[in-house]
Amino acid sequence: MQIHIKNGRLVDPKNHVDAVRDIYIADGKIQSFDTPPAGFHADRIIDASHLIVCPGLIDLSVRLREPGLEYMATLESEMNAAVAGGVTRFACPPDTDPPLDEPGLVEMLKHRARNLNQAHVYPIGALTQGLKGEHLTEMVELHDAGCIVFGQPNALLKNLRVLMQAMQYAATFGFSVWLNPQDIHLAYDGVAHDGEVATRLGLPAIPVCAETIAIANIVLLTKETHVRTHLCRISSAEGLDMVRAAKRQGLRITCDVTINHIHLSDMDIGYFDSNCHMIPPLRSFSDRDALRVGLIDGTIDAICSDHAPVDDDVKLLPFGQSEIGATGVELLLPLTLKWGLEMKRPLIEILAAITCKPAEILGIDAGYLAPDAAADICIFDPEAYWKVTPSALLSQGKNTPFLGMELPGKIRYTLVNGNIVYESDL
Amino acid sequence: MINRNPQLGKNRALQHLLTTEGLPASILRQILDTAETFMGVTEREVKKVPLLRGKSIFNLFFEPSTRTRTTFEIAAKRLSADVINLNIAVSAQSKGETLLDTVDNLSAMHADMFVVRHSQSGAAHLIAKHVQPGIHVINAGDGRHAHPTQALLDMFTIRRYKKEFHNLRVAIVGDILHSRVARSQIHALTTLGVPEVRVIAPKTLLPRQVERLGVRVYHDMRSGLRDVDVLMMLRLQKERMQGAYLPSSEEYFKYYGLTPEKLALARPNAIVMHPGPMNRGVEIDSDVADGNQSVILPQVTYGIAVRMAVMAILAGSQPSDGSI
Repeated sequence: MQIHIKNGRLVDPKNHVDAVRDIYIADGKIQSFDTPPAGFHADRIIDASHLIVCPGLIDLSVRLREPGLEYMATLESEMNAAVAGGVTRFACPPDTDPPLDEPGLVEMLKHRARNLNQAHVYPIGALTQGLKGEHLTEMVELHDAGCIVFGQPNALLKNLRVLMQAMQYAATFGFSVWLNPQDIHLAYDGVAHDGEVATRLGLPAIPVCAETIAIANIVLLTKETHVRTHLCRISSAEGLDMVRAAKRQGLRITCDVTINHIHLSDMDIGYFDSNCHMIPPLRSFSDRDALRVGLIDGTIDAICSDHAPVDDDVKLLPFGQSEIGATGVELLLPLTLKWGLEMKRPLIEILAAITCKPAEILGIDAGYLAPDAAADICIFDPEAYWKVTPSALLSQGKNTPFLGMELPGKIRYTLVNGNIVYESDL
Repeated sequence: MINRNPQLGKNRALQHLLTTEGLPASILRQILDTAETFMGVTEREVKKVPLLRGKSIFNLFFEPSTRTRTTFEIAAKRLSADVINLNIAVSAQSKGETLLDTVDNLSAMHADMFVVRHSQSGAAHLIAKHVQPGIHVINAGDGRHAHPTQALLDMFTIRRYKKEFHNLRVAIVGDILHSRVARSQIHALTTLGVPEVRVIAPKTLLPRQVERLGVRVYHDMRSGLRDVDVLMMLRLQKERMQGAYLPSSEEYFKYYGLTPEKLALARPNAIVMHPGPMNRGVEIDSDVADGNQSVILPQVTYGIAVRMAVMAILAGSQPSDGSI
């Protein structure tokens, strides 16, 4: 299929391009800009006038709920949701049931995803067997099966010695390690930020030091092991300062933040809104504001959706018993744009956080537009506002604190390997 | 997004009693005044009024309780309501039924009011949000969050002994962190105009930024009790000694237990309150609990009138002056 995208405003942060340009696509790849290659006959012309054409979005955390948690969502529903959100590549955390700790599971997931012919899926291998923090997984085998990074989601290992050894082992083979900086003992039974809101609502709290102490440990172990470390889901201003300091020392540390944490605070819990039950918890206004700035000064490298489709039944419970997380892959672009608009930053700068920067963290050759690159492209209308409603979301999870809000940015076309995998009229 | 106070209806009348936080002083006073009219009922020979005849009140206790459940039951019966007690801790929930399924099933049996106790903060809010209009929810304690009828009966007790709120110094002593009673007391006291509310506890038993609730924080009983008019003691759960909150009940008693010597630091006519059940020798000395400044037993008596008042107001059946 040969596709000609015409009159679109091409925004490619990696190549510092922001200009109206035509793109010619054939054989799944971008062939050229502005002038068609020899013998090009477009099977399809996409008129992208007044639209933004950017690299396909890359999301560092999308839960497909497979294997094992299919009652919450299925591979099909969430793969559809991803491309509807303009996401062409994403990493999925290993916290499935069973966890992604065996090559067979990873191969099955890759195979099932590939058959759907939609976004590229990058399973994150479990760092320890069963994610129990006791024994290392067969990382090399998992790598051969398709895991390019290894992680320990949701909480830091109880045993720092095991963590150090896991990091050393990963470093041996050049794998990067993705860690959620939350100390398991300090977080304990907490469900909300340790502040005035949790005090008023009587919710067990997670202190900021659960994050900062974990970051301190991770930073020191990174120094010790020379592994490439990625900090998943940072939530506090103090944690951010520590990452800033570590980066200044030249350590190979990156970090991301979720779309929820750059817009919401613990105040949004209101009267026990279980859609705001997240890990790490939504923290204070000042933490949120620091995260918004941290993205601009480069301390935070990427924004992810931390997509977690959850069944209504497990959200309709008292706050502390409700399932953690929110649907988000379809809100990645709108909430990134909203942040950019509020911070008055140019599009080319804010799109980096969901294109080329996450590609670098994942260590993949993607997230930019150039001749010979895979034609993974997102075309959206930045001026169109849409209302977040259950029926507007393709994800099986309808749970999000943003329900009812009008957000900017409507995806019009998503292309993966030169195929149109999603399109919408208006 | 605008979150309307879920306790109040469109006309600002009380729909549910979930917490004392955010309720206007006028509603708190209305409850206390109505309870006052019921005091006569509880003292006479035929202790019944027909205000809630034909109404069904379900006591939904997801957490064990004897005292609170009993006083709600007595209050409902004195209003002539039909009372159904459900001890859910050992029935539906253990069979896997969800909280809201349980509520739906009971609503289908034409419940008019639910009295709910649950170990999770926010459980009563969840139910109130879920039930059909016209069904009322009373929070009888949710996790660490709120226990509004306890706080209201405490306010009733204070008003009976001290008449006014605006000239009082009140100290709440003990495990503030885990206490729904303390939270509800603080909001009720500040709303009713008490100028100085103190909390006294070791740092392990105080929640973060508790001063934002409008209280002064003390760690030392000797300075915290000085010149107070009302002492509200809290129950210390034995589990706190198993975690790392406290080293031992003996050490706790030494520094935070209310003894006659510490009570002497308060105003001479100060009253001593406790929501029960008491741990004698842990948070309170028997000489104080049984002493002449203790109003702990009157609290229990008043609790019935206050719960009658809450039920009557929610059902829209307040007594007019001559009706009882």
